[in-house]
Amino acid sequence: MSTLTSLAQLQAVASGVAQPLATVRHCHLAEAPLVMVPLKLAGEAAAPLAVMLGSDPGSPTLLVVPQPRNRDQRFAFAADLARVALKYIESSRGQVEELPPGKEGEERIRYSDAPQLLVPNRGGVAFLRMLGRSTRFRRTDGPYAVEPSVPVLGRWLTWFTDRYDHPGSCLLLTMTETLRLHWATGQSALEDGNLAALVGWIDPPEGLTGPQAAALAEDPLATPPAGPTTDPGFDNEVLAPAVAAYDAARGPARDRAEERVRAVLETQLAPTWELMWRAVGLLRGLPEGASVPQRWERDRDSFTYFHQTFGEAYPQARRDSPVRAAKRLHDMERAQDAYDAQRAFDDPLVMAEHRLNGLAFGGEVTGCDPTRKDESGKRPKLRPHVWVRTGDPVRLDPGTTVCSAANPKIKGTVVEIGPDGAVLVELTGGMGRKLTPEPGTVPQVGDRVVFTSLTLGSFGPSRFPDKENTPWTHGGPPADYEPTDDDAAEDWS
Amino acid sequence: MSMTAPDLDRLRGVAAPRNHDARTIAALTANPGCARRGVMDAAGVDKDAVARHLGFGVPFGQSQFAITRGNTFEAQVKADGCAELLTLLRDRLGLEVPEVAYDDLGAVGDNEGREVRHARTRKLVQRALETGEGTLFDHPLLRLDIAGRPAYLEPDVIAFQLGGRFHIVEIKSFAVIDGQAEADQVAAAARQSAVYVLALRRLVAELGHDPVEKVAHEVFLVCPENFSNRPTATPVDIRPQLAVLERQLARLTRVDTIVAQLPEEITFDLGEALEEAVRTVEARYAPECMSSCEMAFFCRAEARACGATGALGRSVRDDLGGVDSVETALALAEGVLEPSEDLAETAEQLRLAARLRREALAGVA
Ligand code: SF4
Repeated sequence: MSTLTSLAQLQAVASGVAQPLATVRHCHLAEAPLVMVPLKLAGEAAAPLAVMLGSDPGSPTLLVVPQPRNRDQRFAFAADLARVALKYIESSRGQVEELPPGKEGEERIRYSDAPQLLVPNRGGVAFLRMLGRSTRFRRTDGPYAVEPSVPVLGRWLTWFTDRYDHPGSCLLLTMTETLRLHWATGQSALEDGNLAALVGWIDPPEGLTGPQAAALAEDPLATPPAGPTTDPGFDNEVLAPAVAAYDAARGPARDRAEERVRAVLETQLAPTWELMWRAVGLLRGLPEGASVPQRWERDRDSFTYFHQTFGEAYPQARRDSPVRAAKRLHDMERAQDAYDAQRAFDDPLVMAEHRLNGLAFGGEVTGCDPTRKDESGKRPKLRPHVWVRTGDPVRLDPGTTVCSAANPKIKGTVVEIGPDGAVLVELTGGMGRKLTPEPGTVPQVGDRVVFTSLTLGSFGPSRFPDKENTPWTHGGPPADYEPTDDDAAEDWS
Repeated sequence: MSMTAPDLDRLRGVAAPRNHDARTIAALTANPGCARRGVMDAAGVDKDAVARHLGFGVPFGQSQFAITRGNTFEAQVKADGCAELLTLLRDRLGLEVPEVAYDDLGAVGDNEGREVRHARTRKLVQRALETGEGTLFDHPLLRLDIAGRPAYLEPDVIAFQLGGRFHIVEIKSFAVIDGQAEADQVAAAARQSAVYVLALRRLVAELGHDPVEKVAHEVFLVCPENFSNRPTATPVDIRPQLAVLERQLARLTRVDTIVAQLPEEITFDLGEALEEAVRTVEARYAPECMSSCEMAFFCRAEARACGATGALGRSVRDDLGGVDSVETALALAEGVLEPSEDLAETAEQLRLAARLRREALAGVA
C-alpha cells in the first residue's frame, strides 16, 4: 500500500466505482485460458466436492463427487479432472521453436505457447496444491492402484502451484489478485477477496453503484461464494440433504439423486463461472504491458522444460531440500525485483509510486545542451546536459545513475539538484556511437520526461552449490525423493 | 467484585450475562482500542443478539460437515481414556508418561453450577500440584477475570500433568500436511491456547505455586496428519500470544473510566433505544472486526456512512497519516482544504499523489 493506492481508494469511495491502478495489463492473458472454479467439502483438507472448468465460457464441464467422503469417488473425480486438464495442457503447446544450442551444445527448444489456469482466489490455489499433493504419489499398480492419469495430474497441479509462487508468472493466476493489481475499490482488502464484490465495484451492473453491487455480492443467497469453501447455509440446508438422499437411494433412484447433487452444486458454481469470464473481459480491455511477453517467455521455458522432462522425473518431493529451498527463495526475490521494475517502466501509473518516493522524477525540460562534450579525457565523449523542472520530491544524490522511463537505454547521471526543483542530468549513453546524438534520443526543451534510478537490472544466474555439493551444515547431499509404498497407500479420508 | 459491577449489570439490562469462552476472550485482543466492544463485553452483553436486533445479524454459522468432522476427530482422540492421545505423547513427543489417570471434569448432570465445577477443577489441580497425582484432566472449568468480573472458560481442552507441570492440549481438526498447517488456523489455535494457559496460571498462582514453573508455555496441538484421520501432535510456543493477551486484558480495565462517562440511563436492552445506546459508545471499526466481533456489520455500516477511512483498512488510514474522514482526505488532496499544522505533511503527500495520478492517467487519454 502507498498514499497513491490509498488515494485511489478514496476516489473510488467518492465516485462509487473502482479507480484504475494501472494503465496497461501487467499479466499475460491466454486466448483460451482454462478457467477452474473448485469447491471442497467444509472441514476437510482436500476433499473435492465439485469443479466447473473449461476454456469456452459457453460450455463449462461440471465434475462432481456425489458422496464427498467416499475415497473411490474422489479418485474417480481426480481421473475425470485429469482427462480435461491434461488434454488442455497438451493442446496449449503451440509450435516448437528451435533455440540456439546451449553451453554444452545441447539442443534447446521452446514451445510457442503454454497453458494458463485461472482460479477465483488464493483459496483456489491452496486447494489445487492440496489436490496435487494428495494425488501425485499414487501408484497405478498394486493394491492401491489408481488410474494412470491421477498421479500425472498431481504432478502438473504441483508444478502450476509452484509457478504461482514465482513473481510475475502467469501460468496460474487468481482473479481477485489480478483484478486488484489493476483497480482500487472503495472497500477494504478483506471485501476485495470476494470476487463478486470486487467485480461489482469495477463494473457495476446497469443501474447500480459499486457499493450497491458489492452489497448484493455479500448475500450468499443472491451470490454464492466463489469457493473453494461453500456457504455454510447451503451446506446445511441444501447440500447435506441432497448427499444424504444419494446415500440412501438404490437402483435408478440413485442416478436421480446424483443428478440432484449435481444440480445443487451447479447453482453454487455457475454464478462464479460467469464472473470469471466477465473479469477476463475486463482485463482484455487493457492493453498489454510491454514486458509481459518477456515474462511469458520465461513461463513458456518453464513449461517446456517440465513437459520435456516429465517422463524421466520423479514426483516433486514432499519438501524442498535445503539447497533447492535457498535457491528458490533467491530466485523469487530476484524475480520480484525484476517484475516490480518492469511494471514501473511499462506503466506511468506504477512509475508514479517511485516519483512519490523520490526514486524517480518527472517534469518539463527547461534547458538542453544536446551536443555538449566532455573533453577532459584522451578522446572527447558525448555528454549532453538536460535541465528538468520538477515538482516531485527528488531523493537522489548527485552522482546517481538514472535512465529515462520512456526509454531505459538512455542513461545519465544526476549532476545537481537546485532548490527550485531544477535537476541537471548529464546523459551518458543510449544516444548512438557518434559525437552527435541520434535524432530523437536527447529530449528537447518543452518535452516532458521522467528519469529514474530504477534499473531493469541484469539478473544473471544465481550461484548455489549443486545438489551433490550441499554443505554438511545443510544436511549434506539429499537423496532423490523416491515415493514409497506408504506414499502410494496414503489415506485420503 | 469490582466497583463497576453494578453499573455494568444495569447496562446489560434484563438479559442474562453472556459467557465468555477462549474464542471470545482471544477476540477481545483483536481490537483493544474499541470502547464499544470493551463496554459490551465487560457487561456481558449478548452482542450477537444486539446486532440481530439492529438488523445486522452476522450470517456466520458453521457447516455441519465441518462440525461432524471436528467432533468425530475429537471423539477418536479421546476414546478409551485418551488412548490415542497418550500414544502420541509417548511415541511422537518422546515423553515418559508413566501410569495414567484420566479425570473428566465435565458437568455432572445438567444443573451443576459453574462455581461447583470450578471448585472441583481447583481441587484436582491442587492435588496434582501437591502430590503429582493425575495425568489427564478433561474439560477443566477455568476462570479468568475480564475487566474485573470472573469469566468461566469451558475449554475443549485437556490439561496434561507430567512431573508436576501442566501442559495444555488442544484438539483441532485442521490437517497438518507434511509438517505444515494453515498459518491462520495455527495462529487462532495459539491465541485460544494462550487464554487457557493464562487462566491455568492464575489458578496455580492462587493456589500458592509458581505459575510459570508449573504451567508450560508450550502447548500441544493435536491435529489430523496429512489426509488421514490419524492424529499428530505439534508443540507450539505460545509466549508471544500470552504477552499480547496479558497486555490487552490489562488495558480492558479502563472500561471503568469509559462507563463512568456514559449517560445515566443508557442500557443495551433489546428495545427501541438500543441503537442510540450503541452509538453512544464510541467504536473503532477496522476490517479485522469482521472475523472477531459480532457487531462488525453494524459498525462497518456506521463507519462507511460517516465516511471513515478506517473502513478501508488500517494500512489505508496509516497511509493517510491518520486522517479519519474520506471527505477531509480528498479535500486535502485536491487542495481545497487548508491543512492544520499537524496535517501539513500529510496534505502535501496527498496533493502530490493526486497530481501524479492525474498526470499518469492523462497520458492514457
Ligand atoms: S465490530 Fe464494532 S464493536 Fe466490535 S470491535 Fe469492531 S468497532 Fe468495536
